[in-house]
Amino acid sequence: MAIDTNMVKKIAFLSRLRVSEDKIADTEKEFNNILKWIEQLKDVDTANVEPLESVNEEALRLREDVVDDGNQRDAVLANAPDAEYGYFVVPKVVE
Amino acid sequence: MAEYVIETPKGKWEVVCGLEIHCQIISKSKIYSGASTEFGADPNEHVSFVDAGMPGMLPTLNEECVHQAVKTGIGLRAKINKYSNFARKNYFYADLPQGYQITQFAYPIVGEGEVLIDLADGSEKSIGIERMHIEQDAGKSIHDIDPKKSFIDLNRAGVGLMEIVTKPDFRAPEEAGAFLKKLRSILRYLGTCNGNMDEGSMRCDASISVRPLGSSKLRARAEVKNVNSVKFVMQAIESEAKRQVALYEAGETMPQQTRHFDPSTGGTKFLRLKEFSDDYRYFPEPDLAPLMLSDEYIQSVKDEIPELPDEKKERFVKEMGLTPYDAIVICENKETAAFFEKAAAGHDAKKVANWLMGDFFAMLNEKKLELKDSPVSAENLGRLVELVSQNVINGKTAKDVFAIMAETGENPEKIVEEKGLKQVTDTSAIEAVIDEVLASAPENVAAYKGGKQGLFGWFVGQVMKASKGKANPVIVNQMLKDKLG
Amino acid sequence: MSDLVKLTIVEAKKALDKKEISATELTQAYIKEMQDKRNLNAYVEECADKALEQAKASDAKYAAGEAGALEGIPLGIKDLFCTKGIKTTACSHILDGFVPQYESSVTANLLRDGAVFLGKLNMDEFAMGGSNETSYYGPAINPWKAKDSNADLVAGGSSGGSAAAVAAGMCAAATGTDTGGSIRQPAAFCGVTGLKPTYGRCSRYGIIAFASSLDQAGPIAKDVSDCALLLKSMAGFDAKDSTSAKLEVPDFMSVLGQDIKGLKVGVPAEYRPAGLNAEVAACWDKGLEMLKARGAEIVDISLPHTQYALATYYIIAPAEASANLARYDGIRYGLRVPGESLDDLYVNTRTEGFGQEVKRRIMIGTYVLSAGYYDAYYLKAQKVRRLIRNDFIEAFKKCDVILTPTSPTDAFAIGDKSMAENPINMWLNDVFTVSVNLAGLPAISLPAGLSARGLPLGLQLIGKAFDENTILKTAYALEKDINFVRK
Repeated sequence: MAIDTNMVKKIAFLSRLRVSEDKIADTEKEFNNILKWIEQLKDVDTANVEPLESVNEEALRLREDVVDDGNQRDAVLANAPDAEYGYFVVPKVVE
Repeated sequence: MAEYVIETPKGKWEVVCGLEIHCQIISKSKIYSGASTEFGADPNEHVSFVDAGMPGMLPTLNEECVHQAVKTGIGLRAKINKYSNFARKNYFYADLPQGYQITQFAYPIVGEGEVLIDLADGSEKSIGIERMHIEQDAGKSIHDIDPKKSFIDLNRAGVGLMEIVTKPDFRAPEEAGAFLKKLRSILRYLGTCNGNMDEGSMRCDASISVRPLGSSKLRARAEVKNVNSVKFVMQAIESEAKRQVALYEAGETMPQQTRHFDPSTGGTKFLRLKEFSDDYRYFPEPDLAPLMLSDEYIQSVKDEIPELPDEKKERFVKEMGLTPYDAIVICENKETAAFFEKAAAGHDAKKVANWLMGDFFAMLNEKKLELKDSPVSAENLGRLVELVSQNVINGKTAKDVFAIMAETGENPEKIVEEKGLKQVTDTSAIEAVIDEVLASAPENVAAYKGGKQGLFGWFVGQVMKASKGKANPVIVNQMLKDKLG
Repeated sequence: MSDLVKLTIVEAKKALDKKEISATELTQAYIKEMQDKRNLNAYVEECADKALEQAKASDAKYAAGEAGALEGIPLGIKDLFCTKGIKTTACSHILDGFVPQYESSVTANLLRDGAVFLGKLNMDEFAMGGSNETSYYGPAINPWKAKDSNADLVAGGSSGGSAAAVAAGMCAAATGTDTGGSIRQPAAFCGVTGLKPTYGRCSRYGIIAFASSLDQAGPIAKDVSDCALLLKSMAGFDAKDSTSAKLEVPDFMSVLGQDIKGLKVGVPAEYRPAGLNAEVAACWDKGLEMLKARGAEIVDISLPHTQYALATYYIIAPAEASANLARYDGIRYGLRVPGESLDDLYVNTRTEGFGQEVKRRIMIGTYVLSAGYYDAYYLKAQKVRRLIRNDFIEAFKKCDVILTPTSPTDAFAIGDKSMAENPINMWLNDVFTVSVNLAGLPAISLPAGLSARGLPLGLQLIGKAFDENTILKTAYALEKDINFVRK
């Protein structure tokens, strides 16, 4: 499963990262190198093996429905690069 | 029901539609954090560091969201999955702080179910539920403060949602409308979602495609996002289906796409093609272990499910003698059904239903009142119906009494007593009045006997007037006929 | 170097309890080291004033007889732990200037017990790396030098600043995190002791996430006893982390010095491939001999899927990271590089804010999760992960603890060419450590000797889930026999 230029662009887009045109070929090569290495997993027989999602074997614990958080707008906004009127501010979103 | 077919000079087309409905879960705190779900606070007030996607923050699952989801699943006659798990749905959006939504994907908490819908012609149809899962809501972007900026409020971010996905079972806009009404009714009965589409606590996406009538092949569909009223959903289906038919008939193609409903035109607008931006890269959420529900837990939730609209409707028809139509209308709203049952207790249920759906609703409408604020209590409505049944007052007087009740909220028995409105059933008293009326109008008596049968109503009117409306009209009729020969 | 900074925590605590020294003196001594050895680039944020305030408060506690288990002990904190009011960046440009308004549960536990925080320690950006070279602030430098060279060596990674600072006496001990070996490998490179607890033992709340199903916090310290003491404080159930284990935290100190006679020590055949470095192999054999001499039984075991662990890890960890790092979008905190549209802002911020290795892993992670590839990569890796875990479950039916080398080499030079050329060469450093994370097990690395170049080599003890006691007990015995001389 080799990665081509379009795939590099798609992955970059999904990751919201820019791969400049002159780096695409190198990136493609590097990824194919890594994927080739990763594909050694094909040699492992995993028929009838359940995927392991977590080593944690306990069932999920649930939280009681009480309001014990929030009401801390200043702390929430304290690190914001741009905040106004109590909101986070971003360039206009057109949808 | 009558088939919904889009007919053009070139052919006949059928609509195929499925719905995805996002329902905000009623809970005090958010699904993955302890911040409040309360609506209407100042921006970013009800936000925990978890909701804001701060580095190192972790979700914890609210037990009430699970409880509400199980209740809803039972209300949808659906399979409750004892094993479910959470997944991350990855996409970037300004009001999605983590850059992924914690939702359920491969293993939803609720599996297949069904909802019965009632159609205008009195028929019923079963709409299949594909699945229902729980997830977090996104925040809100406000676009109208500044022409160049959007403002992000995360108060809604992390409020619990139930996403209900139907099978593509809808063949007409009316069916989708009936489904949404029924779903809303079920959710309100259960108390799991308030179902207010205009406030966004229930939001609907419709997947719409068309195909030549008789074909069984599904064509590419358009997903119309965020249609926020029952009426708009019906409009969206109709206009989108017609748009697609026009395209196909013009020999064009209809690629899979996402569209937007425009309430001002009633039509849909192109948003984007389904392409790699929709590659959400779901994978199991490593911060939350799988959710396991025991049989005992599921049973305990079943035990607390109230009677739902379908069962109630059936009982009202079978045990209380209501017409299916009346039962459907009364059962749509839990409060109305409860009011009706209270009013009908010990009285003629059919007549109570008539009063409720007639004068009573008209009165609320006219006064712009909610049921809970009605001046006429359920008990008093029942008493009024009883007074008529017992021939204590006649129908006409009852309307007058009701008008007084609507003003004063008084007990009808008291009103009848105080105003001396009891109808006269004593034949000798009525006979005396009739004799008096006949004696006072010998010309009319002669004319009637001479063949002017139309005067009969005049005699009735005169007798009723003389008795101040209290004479039993049935007796008056009978006696007049006897006397006039 | 003041003698005070040579004391282990256990020793310092004794002196403090007896009022032979004050917390302020001890803290001042460490602050001096921290400031004198800035050339090691171990700290990325120093909090001398705050530390002295804490020390003063600790002295008051001692005076009042209310001293906590770590009262007045000056620690360094890996920059991956969010510390309230102290800049925390995961050594990434993208978290420029981020000051958390909350405290991670692990550091909160340490503060509860009276620890003093000297500052934030250097690390690979978002803990992605094995040499600390991916740090936005440049690599931490290993206090050790090879005999015949003055070249700067890597401190290992990702907790390179933690290991270097402990080795150089710039803190009494440090916190670390370990996703694929990030505590154990730098500890080995710097000749100190590092413990990665069982997954779920320490809360992950407030620790900047790299790979959520693998990340685990633990101590890097001067010796085994200090690790035991610190773990007792750091560990514990936390309702804010749904993966935190609801278990009693044992008194890890109490098992130190216990007899290991009859203990079954597993030796996995797969950890001794044909090309294994002879020095590393010899060091391992020496360790086994010592345990045998103490009456332990050496048992040959097999962990047949070992060779697939790295590839499995380099699917699962980047996949989780690709999602965990999506939140760094320039909107709510950290760096923002403006753009015309919101999408431009995202791309500008993330492209400039993340370093090369982080971007590489985000993109690999994105790829292995994307439509059409999920089953072939991610799902496959999860299945192999189960096989790797099953290997350990089988092995632990035959033994109580497993002894292996920590790392295939001693510390390498900063800017090593072969690693710079091919990222996989760098990843191969994790070959002995990643399986433990995939299986969620506890493991400790302790210094076991010096290479011919005069650099520390580490040995790793792996235990059953939640059986940190056995690895601590065994490590303590080994430590006595090895008698390693710290820097």
